[in-house]
Parts: sequence; structure tokens; C-alpha cells
Amino acid sequence: MVIRASPATRVRGVRRGARDQRWPRILWWAVLSAGLMPALWLGARTAGAFGGLGVNPIETLLTDSGTFSIIFLLLALSVTPLRRLTGLAPILRLRRMLGLLAFGYATAHFLIWLGVDLFFDWQLIIEDLTTRPFVMVGFAAWMILLLLAATSTRGAMTLLKRNWTRLHRLVYLAGILGVVHIVWLTRADYREASLYALALATLLAMRLFWALRTPRKIRGEPARNGAG
Amino acid sequence: MLIHRHVRSEPRSSEITPREVYLARRDFMRGGLALGAGLLLPGLAQARSGNGLSFSPGPFSTDEPKTPWEDVTTYNNFYELGTGKSDPSRNADMLRTEPWSVVVDGACANPGRYALEDFLKPWALEERIYRLRCVEGWSMVIPWVGFELNQVLQQAEPTGSARYVAFETILDPENLPGQRRPVLQWPYTEGLRLDEAMHPLTILAVGLYGEELPNQNGAPLRLVVPWKYGFKSIKSIVRISLAEEEPPTAWNQAQPNEYGFYSNVNPDVAHPRWSQRTERRIGEFRRRRTEMFNGYGDEVADLYAGMDLKKHF
Repeated sequence: MVIRASPATRVRGVRRGARDQRWPRILWWAVLSAGLMPALWLGARTAGAFGGLGVNPIETLLTDSGTFSIIFLLLALSVTPLRRLTGLAPILRLRRMLGLLAFGYATAHFLIWLGVDLFFDWQLIIEDLTTRPFVMVGFAAWMILLLLAATSTRGAMTLLKRNWTRLHRLVYLAGILGVVHIVWLTRADYREASLYALALATLLAMRLFWALRTPRKIRGEPARNGAG
Repeated sequence: MLIHRHVRSEPRSSEITPREVYLARRDFMRGGLALGAGLLLPGLAQARSGNGLSFSPGPFSTDEPKTPWEDVTTYNNFYELGTGKSDPSRNADMLRTEPWSVVVDGACANPGRYALEDFLKPWALEERIYRLRCVEGWSMVIPWVGFELNQVLQQAEPTGSARYVAFETILDPENLPGQRRPVLQWPYTEGLRLDEAMHPLTILAVGLYGEELPNQNGAPLRLVVPWKYGFKSIKSIVRISLAEEEPPTAWNQAQPNEYGFYSNVNPDVAHPRWSQRTERRIGEFRRRRTEMFNGYGDEVADLYAGMDLKKHF
């Protein structure tokens, strides 16, 4: 895979020594490897290692894949605030990868639900999709991630120009729908769900705070558009 | 232990192979044979039975394959010991079952407070192999050991105005971690209409797989009402009260629109958030259709004749 350095880094890297350029690359690979670990771990447990998947294996696959999806989505949403707080520009390159990992785990989650849990029982699937709010919001969140993943390429960015940024603000909605999905399927113990809700609220509040403080002209946005 | 019904001439399983060794070996095998392969070897898991309690076979037992002991004892909803499925077995030691006493009171002529041994002494134990359907959409087949609740109620001599039976779980927040957080109203309470409680299917269980109930399954004494969702089968009972009015019940208090007083297994009445049409029998791959009254309709449908079960869910 090609790592695309921003022009600034590339210029610096060439002259001022390769050492500066190396650590973002190492970081990128390290984060990707870490991000694939849960998939390997789930796969290994499915094959029987690490004590297997427990008494209700399909439920375990379903909840674990969903959990990893929301975690990577929250991580993807942390990149921009983290860069802003630390000034570490190279971590921005992790954002797309973390988003794609969230999409990957969400897709696994969706397919396990469709093909393993409900075993392509279309009557049940359609009933769930049309009458169960927690299923509907989860499905909507996945559809958004699908759209964002499909337009995550450099080509799509070039093609959509300024609209790309607008389109990808849908990730905030995906995060909200994902958390609502978890809240709505919780029976009584809201500890885990509140953790996700708190993390998401913090990340969105930071953005809102910065957006309100920054004059529109500097953000290069037409005045009639709302804050992102 | 509290319940001495072990036949002396028979060796206990713990005398043959140390329990830890035997369970550890099984865990190892389970790990290696997870998912499908495990299903082919139900006999292994069922080898453990018949050594703790003496009992006779009872009526109403299903001949469906039993859910293995390990699954029945490690996948539990017992929020007093934690809200995760494996929390109750992990925290089982936190439930103190000795000493244990049971209060029978309320609208009855013969109330009493009994030490557990005295409470159990009059009743012959039977095995009842029942289906258990959890409101979350999974099910098991469990060989309970217990006795019919109606014997206890008859002994208490309900007054003419008694129409309900209320049950209460032990309240011990110092030892039970779940009771230190307000997930549900503690102590856990449940209730039945008197005719439901008198029904011969309704039992008080003291064992499963022929052994004393493990703590995570509601030791030392629990209710089993097989045609209702699992949460009606209250665990670790300390009080049984005859009542004139419908008693408050824990899940109904927490979410009245989601958990009704009756909570009969009913595929046509969805939980407001998820469908109840199907269930996953633990150990099976495909979901199966959920049956009305969990398949006990022939026995219990009469209890609800003329009632709108969509309204009285």
C-alpha cells in the first residue's frame, strides 16, 4: 500500500533527513496491525482457540463485531480533535484507515446478523428492518459508512471537491446512530452504552466549540452553510 | 451442605475425579471443539449427573436433548451477581446460601419462617426436564430437580381472598455486587396468579442435573415456570407471600411497557424492541420458531381462557 505524505512532509522528508518521515509511516502500519488484531482474534476464537466463542457463539460474534465497529468509529472521530490539541499533523493519515476499519467491522456485524443469526430468513429480516427501531438505526449507520467507504478514495475526493467534506460530515450522524443502536438494544445496564455516548458527545462538542469560535471565512465555507 | 439427599452407597463424582481437574479438562476440550464440533458430543457434557440429590423422574419432562451442564451453569442472567452472562458463574461465591431461611406469609392461615432444611423436608424431589425460554431470544432444556409449588401453598392454607403469590430474592448488597447499583429495584421480586402458582408445572427447584443448584442458577431455592419467560422464574428465594392484589414485579417496575405481569412466552407479542418469533436453542446453529406458551399450551392455555394476551402480555 502506498502511503501518501502531504506535500509539506514530502518536501521536508527529502532534504531534512529520512528519520522525520519514517515515524508516521511506522505509526500507520502499527495502527493498521493493531486494528486488524480484533478480526484475527475473533477468527481464532471461531476456530476454537482462546476458549472459543462461549455458550452462545453467534451472539458473541455479533456483539463483538459491533463493539469493535463503534470503537473504531470513535477512534476515527478522535483523530481531528487530537491533531488539533497536539499539533501532530501526521496522525491525520490514520483517519481514513480507522474509518475503514469501523466500516469493516460494521460490515462483518451486518453480515453475521443477516447470514448467520437470521440465516437469510428474509421474512424475519424484513420484519426487523421495518419494525424494529434499533435495527433500523443500525442499518442506517452501516449504509452511511458504506457510502463514506465508497467515497474514501483520492479519486472521489478530487471528483467531489468541496462536497466531499460536506458528504463526509455524515460520519457524525453515523456515530450518533451507532450509539443510539446500542442504547436501544440495552436491557437494563447502561454502563457500556453511556461510555460510548459520553465519548461521542465529547468528540462532537469539541468540534462544535471550535466551529463556533472560527470565523466562517477562515474555514473557507460559504456563510449560508451550517457549522460542520 | 444443606441438602443431604445423597445416597451413601454411591460415590460422589468429586470422589472419583477432583472437580477442578474434571472441569478443567472439559474446558480444554470445549475450547478445542468450539462451535459445531461441540454439538456432536453432547454425551460428554451430560456425563455429570445423578450424584448429588436423590429424586424420582417426574411428569411433564421433555425428551429433547438437554443443554449441557457447562452451558446451563455459565450462561446466566442473575443481575445480583453481575449483568454479563458469565458474571454470575464468576461471582458465584459472593452469594451466601448458608444459613438460609424461607418465610411464608401473607394471606394464609399457616404462615411460618423455616430453616431451609425444614422447609424442604416434607417434599419428595422429582426431576423435571423443562424448556427454558429467555425473553432475550435464547432457550435451553434443563433437567431441574424440585417439587411442585402447590404443596407448599396448600400447607400454608391460603385464605379465601388470596389470589396471587409474591416471591422475593435475598437482599444482601454487602455481598452481592449487582445490588449495589440501581439496575433493578432490589430485592428482585416476582409474582404469579394463584392458579398459575398452583399449576403442577410450576415447581420450586433445588437442583439441576441431579446436583444441588449452583449459586449462579439461583441456589438454594428457585422458582421454575416453564411457560413464561425466564425472568419470571425468580432465583434464591427468601420469601413466598400469599397476596390479594397483583404484586409488583422487578422487570415490570423497571420497564412496564416491555415486561408485563404475565410474560407468557408468546411468539405473536413482540417485545417492544425486538421480535419474539424465534429463539436460538443454546448449542444449535439455526434459530427455531418460538412456540406459544413455550410449547406447554396443552397444559396451561386454559388458565388464560377469554383473556386478551396481547393486552395482558
